[in-house]
Amino acid sequence: MTTNRREFLKIAGVSTLSLIAPAIVCPAWAKEKIIPVSNFPEALSPSKALTAKRWAMAIDASKCPADCVDCIAACHATHNVPDFGNLKDEVKWIWREDFPHIFPEVNHSYLPKIARARRPIVLCNQCANPPCVRVCPTKATFQRQDGIVMIDYHRCIGCRLCMAACPYGARSMNYRDPRPFITRINPDYPTRTKGVVEKCNFCEERLAKGLGPACVLACKEKALVFGDMENPQSEIRLLLEKRFNLLRRASLGTKPQIYYIV
Amino acid sequence: MLEKSLKGSRGYWIWIIFLLIVTAIGFIFYLRQLDYGLGVTGMSRDVSWGLYIAQFTFLVGIAASAVMLVLPYYLHDYKAFGKITVLGEFLAVAAVIMCVLFVFVDLGQPSRVMNVLLHPSPTSILFWDMIVLSGYLLINIFTGWVILSCNRKEIPPPGWVKPLIYLSIPWAISIHTVTAFIYAGLPGRSFWLTAIMAPRFLASAFASGPALLIIFCLILKRYGRFDAGEKAIQALSKIVAYALAASIFFVLVELFTAFYSQIPEHAQHFLYLFNGLEGHTKLVVWMWTSAALAFAALGMLIIPPIRRNDGWLAVACVFVFVSLWIEKGLGLVVTGFIPSPLEAITEYVPTGAEIAITLGVWAIGFMILTILYRIFIAVHDEKENP
Repeated sequence: MTTNRREFLKIAGVSTLSLIAPAIVCPAWAKEKIIPVSNFPEALSPSKALTAKRWAMAIDASKCPADCVDCIAACHATHNVPDFGNLKDEVKWIWREDFPHIFPEVNHSYLPKIARARRPIVLCNQCANPPCVRVCPTKATFQRQDGIVMIDYHRCIGCRLCMAACPYGARSMNYRDPRPFITRINPDYPTRTKGVVEKCNFCEERLAKGLGPACVLACKEKALVFGDMENPQSEIRLLLEKRFNLLRRASLGTKPQIYYIV
Repeated sequence: MLEKSLKGSRGYWIWIIFLLIVTAIGFIFYLRQLDYGLGVTGMSRDVSWGLYIAQFTFLVGIAASAVMLVLPYYLHDYKAFGKITVLGEFLAVAAVIMCVLFVFVDLGQPSRVMNVLLHPSPTSILFWDMIVLSGYLLINIFTGWVILSCNRKEIPPPGWVKPLIYLSIPWAISIHTVTAFIYAGLPGRSFWLTAIMAPRFLASAFASGPALLIIFCLILKRYGRFDAGEKAIQALSKIVAYALAASIFFVLVELFTAFYSQIPEHAQHFLYLFNGLEGHTKLVVWMWTSAALAFAALGMLIIPPIRRNDGWLAVACVFVFVSLWIEKGLGLVVTGFIPSPLEAITEYVPTGAEIAITLGVWAIGFMILTILYRIFIAVHDEKENP
């Protein structure tokens, strides 16, 4: 069979038309057809995405009720974090921790009891100078322009050098297949495979859709404030200007971006 | 020359079959690990490196044995080592192959290992470690093989081998330095965050590697009809003595800084090793054993009559090897994680599967070494009794 130039153009033209025709004839129907292709239709309009020069979070631990786990539950449900039910395999993005363990450099016996008894949340510090990114041998862990430290679950080889490098214990390894241990799978965020490392991602997938982090929205006490550190008028900057706050192990030079109001 | 490894005594074949069985068992458990994930090991969220990475760290040291023979022979024309430099190079080859295998079995996603080459990351020390280890492996395979071939044909080695041999000397230093940097550059892991880490690695390497080599020379003398020569073995034993002394000294220096400064962050890891923390004492017996063996070996090695007795020398070298294996292959890696950055004390105990895989990798290394040494002995026999 021989195809000449004219015939080729004809076939090409018809093919193209068949693709765009539904959109012209019936835009609503066409849109319906497109949605299943992407789980994030909103992400297609970048104007809606929340952007910043440097994302950061302030945590007012004094507002955290003693037994509240709202932010933790929201985060872990949003990101398909498995619950293995044992400490050895444990994967966690946010959790509560005793104040003295979070701030060993600040802690002493005569701090007000109320302060020492607090159990603020801890999560990835989204360091401006992240050691995990420096040590990764495959660039699977990398830092975005807006400061968020990310993990490419498809590139990570599971060497766990980043876990050794993180001075905050923020990273978890999938020592086994996490999927059977996820209570309810959220289709808007990927599940992970065994053998890769994961941690808090500042809800970058929600920011892209114009939504704030799940933990911040879940907090009824408004203890978590999320915003742009490079914008002097942002809520977080104005708050930190007024209230005394601490960073975890600031002396290490990692420049953490989680600010603890104490 | 490879065909020479196919001829051997009954003992040789029993040994090879034994190693094959151990390798097979390790492989079966590795298949289980591939299927289930690294959860089959004793590693946890807090202690995220265990026996595998510790073996890797220790074996980088064993690979040093080559340079302790090559340097005196080629730079100082110390003739007594001429017969055995190839043994050192072959030991380095086996050790580096084990290193690579231990890193490989430690990966959560081994099928993606090529990502290290596809996405080279010069800021990562692990990337550089891969480069120096593979380079060291190639250098030693080449030089060892070429020199042995030339010995067999009784011709001098070709000119291009010399520069390669000279290169192997700084290169051997580099594999320890870079491996130490994997640990010594991590903020917040105060046990490892010490500038003396690389010198410590070198000192313990130059003790454990040559000690193993002496053990092999004594075995070959007894069962392999090959005598490395009294002078060579004695010179090696002096190297072990000095390196062991330096290694002990470096550890004591660390202990001084940690305990005299009384900075809890620095002291607590050593406290865990030698005393235990809050009732967690799993490594204490091991570490005191290591310390006792090191001092005993040092005593034996620096008293000339003991050192000159083959039997006692063998005992001293076994002590050195076991002591430094405990220090590097058990204590150094795990203790960096205890306590954790959030001050949790999670202890680590390797599982049966993990130990089986570890033994499997050691068996592969010993098999490579046995085959290479068998070829070496065969070439030697051929020359002695044509």
